[in-house]
Amino acid sequence: MSAPGVASVPPPAVRLSGIVKRFGPVVANDHVDLEVAPGTIHGIIGENGAGKSTLVSILYGFYGHDEGTIEIDGREVRIGSPADAIAAGIGMVHQHFMLVPTFTVLENVMLGAEGGFTLGPGARETRAELARLSADYGLEIDPDALVGDLPVGLRQRVEILKALRRSARILILDEPTGVLTPGETDRLFEILHALRDRGVTILLITHKLREIMEGTDAVSVMRRGRMVGHRKTSGTSREELAELMVGRKVLLEAEHGAPTVGEVALAAQGLSWRDAGGALRLDDVSLELRAGEILGVAGVSGNGQSELLDVLSGIRPLQQGAISYAGRTIDAKHPVDPAEMRRLGLAHVPEDRHHTGLVLPFEACENAVLGYHDGPKAGEGPFVSPSRIRGHCAGMMTEFDVRPPNPRLAARGFSGGNQQKIVIAREIDAAPKVLLVGQPTRGVDIGAIEFIHAQLLALRDAGCALLLVSVELDEIFALSDRIMVMNAGKVVGTLPRAEADRNRLGLMMAGVAA
Amino acid sequence: MNRLPAWAEIGVLPVINLALALAVSGLVIWAVGENPFDAMLVMVRGAFGSDYAIGYTLYYATNFIFTGLAVSVAFHAMLFNIGGEGQAALGGLGVALACLAFDSVLPAVLMIPVAILFSAGFGAGWALIPGYLQAYRGSHIVITTIMFNFIAAGLLVPLLGGPLKREGQSSPQTREFAEDAWLPKAHEILDGVGIGMAKTPLNLAFVVAILACLFVWVLIWRTKFGYALRAMGHSEHAAEYAGVKVRRMTVIAMSISGALAGMMALNEIMGVQHKLVLNFTSGYGFTGIAVALMGRNHPVGIILASVLFGALFQGGSELDFEFTTITREMVLVIQGLIILFSGALALMLVPAMRRLVMRNG
Repeated sequence: MSAPGVASVPPPAVRLSGIVKRFGPVVANDHVDLEVAPGTIHGIIGENGAGKSTLVSILYGFYGHDEGTIEIDGREVRIGSPADAIAAGIGMVHQHFMLVPTFTVLENVMLGAEGGFTLGPGARETRAELARLSADYGLEIDPDALVGDLPVGLRQRVEILKALRRSARILILDEPTGVLTPGETDRLFEILHALRDRGVTILLITHKLREIMEGTDAVSVMRRGRMVGHRKTSGTSREELAELMVGRKVLLEAEHGAPTVGEVALAAQGLSWRDAGGALRLDDVSLELRAGEILGVAGVSGNGQSELLDVLSGIRPLQQGAISYAGRTIDAKHPVDPAEMRRLGLAHVPEDRHHTGLVLPFEACENAVLGYHDGPKAGEGPFVSPSRIRGHCAGMMTEFDVRPPNPRLAARGFSGGNQQKIVIAREIDAAPKVLLVGQPTRGVDIGAIEFIHAQLLALRDAGCALLLVSVELDEIFALSDRIMVMNAGKVVGTLPRAEADRNRLGLMMAGVAA
Repeated sequence: MNRLPAWAEIGVLPVINLALALAVSGLVIWAVGENPFDAMLVMVRGAFGSDYAIGYTLYYATNFIFTGLAVSVAFHAMLFNIGGEGQAALGGLGVALACLAFDSVLPAVLMIPVAILFSAGFGAGWALIPGYLQAYRGSHIVITTIMFNFIAAGLLVPLLGGPLKREGQSSPQTREFAEDAWLPKAHEILDGVGIGMAKTPLNLAFVVAILACLFVWVLIWRTKFGYALRAMGHSEHAAEYAGVKVRRMTVIAMSISGALAGMMALNEIMGVQHKLVLNFTSGYGFTGIAVALMGRNHPVGIILASVLFGALFQGGSELDFEFTTITREMVLVIQGLIILFSGALALMLVPAMRRLVMRNG
């Protein structure tokens, strides 16, 4: 077997030449060339909207391309549909899983390849094949488990098995780690390395530099629909890749000076919260948040962080425990609603800007007063004043460099980074005493991350107390003064940043006390 | 982006849809052996050819404006109020009770506002119950509002057959109101200022309908309440986050919607019948759904769509009159085609339009 990354003596597993794809006037892929050596892990990195997903969608037959050719193993092929791609030995694991949750693992793997009129023989064959794949690649899974009951990491494994069962030799993974814990991510890369060592070629689409540096053999960088560079991973650096992606030098970590910590701004005692199904989502959570500091909440997604933000902001009514804030005690008997919390100076950047932070069909200027629409920012008395709202938004857009700076464009017309800037601008504009921030840079490009981090730190230095929930450990490290780790709704522990490192936090996130 | 420019979506698309509906209607008329162009001419002349025709067209349009507005207000909160029919019937009950109680004591200037309040209040009350059930009990508003249409009909029959029935008469209707409880007709008002007009049922309710359009426009697009209502309609999560009390808003939105539907009774009961009769709503509540759909839930669009449907009603009856082969049922077919093309198939041509606009723009 040839060493990874060596020039193609055997023909490249995938060769794309001059691929052009237009959507109306937009050129999503502009004469893109790509060569992937067989038996390697090849990363494609780029910001949101750079054209990575379009490119692999063409390779997998979701879109037709307008110009250019595709060669697989040195032979030119025409891929008009996913069926053609599967026949050519290409498999794909989507960002959003395409599984039937009420089917078992076995049934999902068989779906679309049942192999005959009756299910029996196909099922027996698939079961044997699953056993073989598990043994060969360490892809252990219970074939009779319901997919809906599996954790996310295992669901992804089912997707990989589906592709392998269809004898894929080229496997495309589109942003595979977005939903995984650090542990699950490590496990995924072990599996990918095992697959590569047995000759499978892997195309990994990601926007995370760390994964490219740690997991791939070669990397191609895209920017605004063009391929801007091909590198061997061993011969490049995070800084070089970031610069290629953005087109200018980028500060990967914001300047993080020592905080000037003040009084306790908000304190929570013994918060517990059960969902409608009776599951305990928050389990006796206590915390203190001081003026002038950022308290980072680390944890795998779904361990109570969302509920914590919702309870603190008043969206979900308190069931047990108490919050002291702004001279008031809030508990189950004395609830507050989000409007009241806002009036008391608590602002909230929600985790999900698409469903919560923004009303997507609303114009940017209407979104710029969401939550503050009852106050003078929107107009006098019971009326709204469109001119005032637009003026307010235009000022905000200049200050936060929102592009395009058009207050009348619907929120859905902005890129992820600019949408997030609108939300953050709105909340910072309220001059809050406490700011709750959930996933401030999820799906946001590197340039905007740099800007948003700088804004949050500036707010801290101005004396605001920030609670930052993020599943990105890099972000927690870049911004936090103290780090609180949550697991299964409980606080596992809180550390000063100086005492925290990846391994220690990883253990705590898995529920092992520090 | 994947959206059509506003001029194409609001201006051109409905016209093309209408033209398509008329073209297919023409084929149907041709198939029964009449000349479609002659028929179309009769219809247009029947709807707009004289002050008499226009009066009738606008009288029908008044009903559609009220029921169309009702559907649109609920729709902005993403609630599907299918109960316009029942809310209008209850509005009729409210108008009748007010008139029967006060027509001997109140002069017209006071009687009319009181009747408006009663029509709106009864309509609102009838929509509030399904709204409450959806917000606090989780029953689906589409199902409950449909059921409430039947309940409303079931409520009026015994009332009109019993306590409200005019004494010494067997038909299920109330006594006639005193003249102070009649809305003035358009021809009477115009006569007063020296303009002659043919006698038609068009009455003051038309002006109330136009004022209601203005009210809805201001409410939805120029008040903080309307902002919260639209935010909730687009995204309940975002509205909750923004501090909107979603349950309460559901009940209020339904009540406003029901009030508008209830006011339709002003036109029919106070303007024309001058007594409460059974089945006076005759499907206007349901047609309001098509009107709102065609008018894109905007008051101006709703006025235009209402005039179109009014013209269809009025022109359609002329058609029935003029041609022996074209029956009332045929007119219903034409109305159905227009609803089909401008309602159910409203977005059929969007991809084609998008390609056209993209190529040129």
